[in-house]
Amino acid sequence: MSSSGAIKAFFVEIGELTYFTGRFFRELFSLPFETKEFLRQCYQIGNRSILLVSVTGFIIGLVITLQTRPTLEEFGAESWMPSMVSISIIREIGPVIIALTFAGRIASGIGAELGSMRVTEQIDAMEVSGTNPFKYLVATRVLAATLMLPILVILGDAIALIGSYIIENSKGEVSFVLYFNKVFNALEFSDVIPATIKTFFFGFAIGIVGCFKGYNSKKGTSGVGLAANSAVVFSSMLLFIIDFIAVFVTDIFFEI
Amino acid sequence: MSQTQDISKSSNIDTSKKLVLEIKDLRKSFGDTHVLNGFNLELYEGENLVVMGKSGSGKSVMIKCMVGLMQADSGSIKVMGQDVATLNQSELDELRTEIGFLFQGSALYDSMTVRENLEFPLRRHKHKLGTNSNTYDLVKEALENVGLPHTIDLMPEELSGGMKRRIALARALILKPNIILYDEPTTGLDPITSKEIIELMRRIQQQYKTSSLIITHDVDCARVVSERIILLVDGVNYIEGTYAELSTSKDEKVKAFFK
Repeated sequence: MSSSGAIKAFFVEIGELTYFTGRFFRELFSLPFETKEFLRQCYQIGNRSILLVSVTGFIIGLVITLQTRPTLEEFGAESWMPSMVSISIIREIGPVIIALTFAGRIASGIGAELGSMRVTEQIDAMEVSGTNPFKYLVATRVLAATLMLPILVILGDAIALIGSYIIENSKGEVSFVLYFNKVFNALEFSDVIPATIKTFFFGFAIGIVGCFKGYNSKKGTSGVGLAANSAVVFSSMLLFIIDFIAVFVTDIFFEI
Repeated sequence: MSQTQDISKSSNIDTSKKLVLEIKDLRKSFGDTHVLNGFNLELYEGENLVVMGKSGSGKSVMIKCMVGLMQADSGSIKVMGQDVATLNQSELDELRTEIGFLFQGSALYDSMTVRENLEFPLRRHKHKLGTNSNTYDLVKEALENVGLPHTIDLMPEELSGGMKRRIALARALILKPNIILYDEPTTGLDPITSKEIIELMRRIQQQYKTSSLIITHDVDCARVVSERIILLVDGVNYIEGTYAELSTSKDEKVKAFFK
């Protein structure tokens, strides 16, 4: 494909994604709501990501503390460790890394699942049985991803801080109470609230891109693979764009 | 195409019966490829009509247009007297409960058990049956009709190709539709399983008195189940008649299908 063709295809896709998002909001607020399927998706998307998010969060906490400690030691500023780690994890590293991990698991999973349902005519079968497949498959998954990611990020952040505490405790014999006292003293609402709000947008972006790619998957098994792959790539790219906008907006309102 | 032939239309159609499906001058193109170029079809109550044609001749496109999965470029499709193109979404959903659709690859929902697959059409449209039977009894009855009551808790991946096709047929029948559309019902099955499916189709038709439209290129299937056959060539009705008439036709294009 020529470069002009690729640019045109990109903007066509953006237009289709915008239409798809509009349809999501229309379907979301029209009855009947697929409550049972929504709860099932919350379980699939949320509960089944707990282990992955926990491990990721724990490693983030360990690694940041291990990597940063020597530098702070040089300046005799080890006591700033809990403040520095908590602010960097809560504000930025936790939400972004956990959202990227979530995108890898959920966007690809949704893309592949809906893609394979499209290719094997299961979505058509749903439609002819008098059920709106967009509402049943897309609205429920996007909403579940939007609501589950913030909860997972809060969990992952907490586990990251525990990981950081373990390193601090082993190197500097800091008590649990003292460590978390310093953590909470360092954090303000302007750190926690914008970071939590942006995770809703991350979850929404991951859900909508995964569903968009899968639902519009081209025929054939290669189409399913492509849907899964491009869902991860596109949603990861979108996460960074949303993150940039979120930081920019936060800067205006909270003067970080 | 102007050479549409009609061997014995008047002798094969019982026009005293109610017309359940009528397609007039259906046209559908994908870019520069004209798939349907003015296709016509009439299906009467209780009739088994087979549409035969080469792969890519537009058979599947035609039945997808019938249930609103695709939009035709022009022409009219009337199902049970209702013009599909003029219906809103809820009217179309209601009309779809009158149509059972057996997909080429069975299209069972692979994240659900057999029971959940069969319950799915009942979730929103059980009222259509006008019965107090509970969902479990309806599922059990549908599975017994296709001879697979023991598969109720299995996942689709645990079923053979023939079993999947039977379960898909049970799902298509669970709302007791007036019309059943079969999209290549025997494709991908071994000859013995194909015969079993064909026999099941015949039995279902006798039991439920449904009108059936069967899209196939399987001559054995057409021979056993058809009361009337339409040959679809280049997007139009090429010829129409009974199996006996078409299989003895001297026309080269027709002979190519039946040899």
